[in-house]
Amino acid sequence: MSDKKLPADYLEYPQRSYGMDHDLYQWSMLSDRPKISWPNGKKLALWLNIPVQFFPLDQRGDPFKVPAGMTMPYPDLRHFSLRDYGNRVGIYRLLKAFDNFNSKPTFAINSQMVSRAPYLIEQINSRGDDVICHGLHMDALHHSGLTESQEREQIKQAIEQLSSALDSDIKGWLSPAKNQSPNTLKLLREQGIDYVCDWVNDDLPYSMNTENGSINAMPLSTELEDYFVIQQNFHSEQSWLEQVCDACDFLIEEANDQDSGRMLALNIHPWLMGQPHRIEYLEQLLEYLSSKQEIWHAGANQIQAHWAAAQNT
Amino acid sequence: MKQDPAFYDYWPYQNRPKITWPNGAKVAFWVAPNIEFYELDPPNNPHRKAWPRPYPDIAGYGIRDYGNRVGHQRQMALLDKYGIRGSISLSTALCDHHPEIISACKDRNWEFFSHGIYNTRYTYGMSEQQERDMIKDSIETIYKHTEQKCAGYLAPALSHSERTIDLFAEVGSELFGDEAGYYTCDLFHDDQPTPIHLDKAKKFVSIPYSLEMNDTIAYVVNKVEPRRYGEQIKRCFDRLYEEGETSGTVMCVPTHNYQVSCPHRLKAFEEALEYITGHSDVWVATGREIADYFIANYYDETKDSIAGGRNER
Repeated sequence: MSDKKLPADYLEYPQRSYGMDHDLYQWSMLSDRPKISWPNGKKLALWLNIPVQFFPLDQRGDPFKVPAGMTMPYPDLRHFSLRDYGNRVGIYRLLKAFDNFNSKPTFAINSQMVSRAPYLIEQINSRGDDVICHGLHMDALHHSGLTESQEREQIKQAIEQLSSALDSDIKGWLSPAKNQSPNTLKLLREQGIDYVCDWVNDDLPYSMNTENGSINAMPLSTELEDYFVIQQNFHSEQSWLEQVCDACDFLIEEANDQDSGRMLALNIHPWLMGQPHRIEYLEQLLEYLSSKQEIWHAGANQIQAHWAAAQNT
Repeated sequence: MKQDPAFYDYWPYQNRPKITWPNGAKVAFWVAPNIEFYELDPPNNPHRKAWPRPYPDIAGYGIRDYGNRVGHQRQMALLDKYGIRGSISLSTALCDHHPEIISACKDRNWEFFSHGIYNTRYTYGMSEQQERDMIKDSIETIYKHTEQKCAGYLAPALSHSERTIDLFAEVGSELFGDEAGYYTCDLFHDDQPTPIHLDKAKKFVSIPYSLEMNDTIAYVVNKVEPRRYGEQIKRCFDRLYEEGETSGTVMCVPTHNYQVSCPHRLKAFEEALEYITGHSDVWVATGREIADYFIANYYDETKDSIAGGRNER
């Protein structure tokens, strides 16, 4: 261990001062924020985020292999087709479940799905649910290896491609693998994006700073997402259901105690929960959530817009 | 490199001199919230990477920031409810970044002990002088912000050198004599305090801190479900309570606000705390209080017992 010595400046701490060690957002504790009220006195804004994703077979993995992407030598047909299952079969099970329980999903769509499954995108468009741009595809990561102009082009292309298939404007962005470069936020703002879902550091929206003005963060939990719990932590579907219900109860209680709204953001993958042996657990969850009087069932655009409007009053 | 660090002698867990904690308690129970600051862009350490993804790794950084923004207040409210004063394993730069957290803990008379400067600055590769300087900085920072003379140490990110424990003891003595630098949380060899051999003689003990009960080890390494984690804590307590009849034991639950304070995990943790504090013969203490009591009442007797080669009844 001692063969590689550290330079003297390893003990220098240029950012050691009040607040964060960067300028991306202000330090603030959730409990110290101004109180937020959701419409009709609801306590918990529920955002069901449904990624509609394309994992390319010829994955480059630059600068890393996206979670849930190809893992086997080329051609990794098993993972390619298993992810594709979500867009062919799984999503239709999910849609049926959402309609049965009057749920309000938000779809985060890889723009390349517009050409790969126009039927599905038209179905989503005609439902009128909120749509978030999820980049080009799951192997088109945003990272510091891209030049600013390359990344600008990547963002522009994704937004244009997805917009062309939708009647409504795109307000929100979710980066593939929630990964960003140092330029991502300012480029998203430049392209007219209002909010970004990559940061997991809060249970309410908050404002971020860019050179091009502010952009809002809509934290989308990784710790509670189906893939993280079931396939990275190897917990059972029953345990995932319990964890989400426990989180829901906890946040409602906290919202009551502190007299301020909270947000529950659930990322649910059609290729995972849309499997025949898992869909019933999603249905049980939706039934539970629909029974809670305290929940505001809303789209991500709605939640963000309501929060943003409340900041100016 | 050594085959054995030689901090302690073999000492079987039977026929040891009897420890009785204050008021006849069988278990000394303490909770050690790790209040940490991870840097978004730390300097490179060739022995260990701070983040798996290229800069900026907002996934890893974001969830840890959640601990400070959201989680801290939740755990603090819970410990208040069950009359537990936290023993904070502190990234001491947090005194500069987030003084609101330090102030709230000070108001509750919680203990602060050193966990280095940042949890993204590793001991690996430091010269002895660098490590000494880093430890000194951390003890001085705690004193400056809290007026506490730091008694305990848990190396940052559990990164050690062969000299870590000696350096902590020596720097503590240089600054505050016997009032600082007298217990370590870095060793997991026992369920009772152990006198530690140092190069320079000093009454110095290892206080059981527990890797197994550590929420990050449970959730991230062992991938335990939240409700099962709660059960593990209860089972651990039951056994140590039973054995504490023979000779007093120590139970620690080390926590992290970015793990246990997530909304799907806090309830199970609360049930465990309610269970433990509902028992009569429990001494709810801090790390320093346990170390002080052991050194004042049992240190010499224990040394004799170990040195005797066989244990007296």
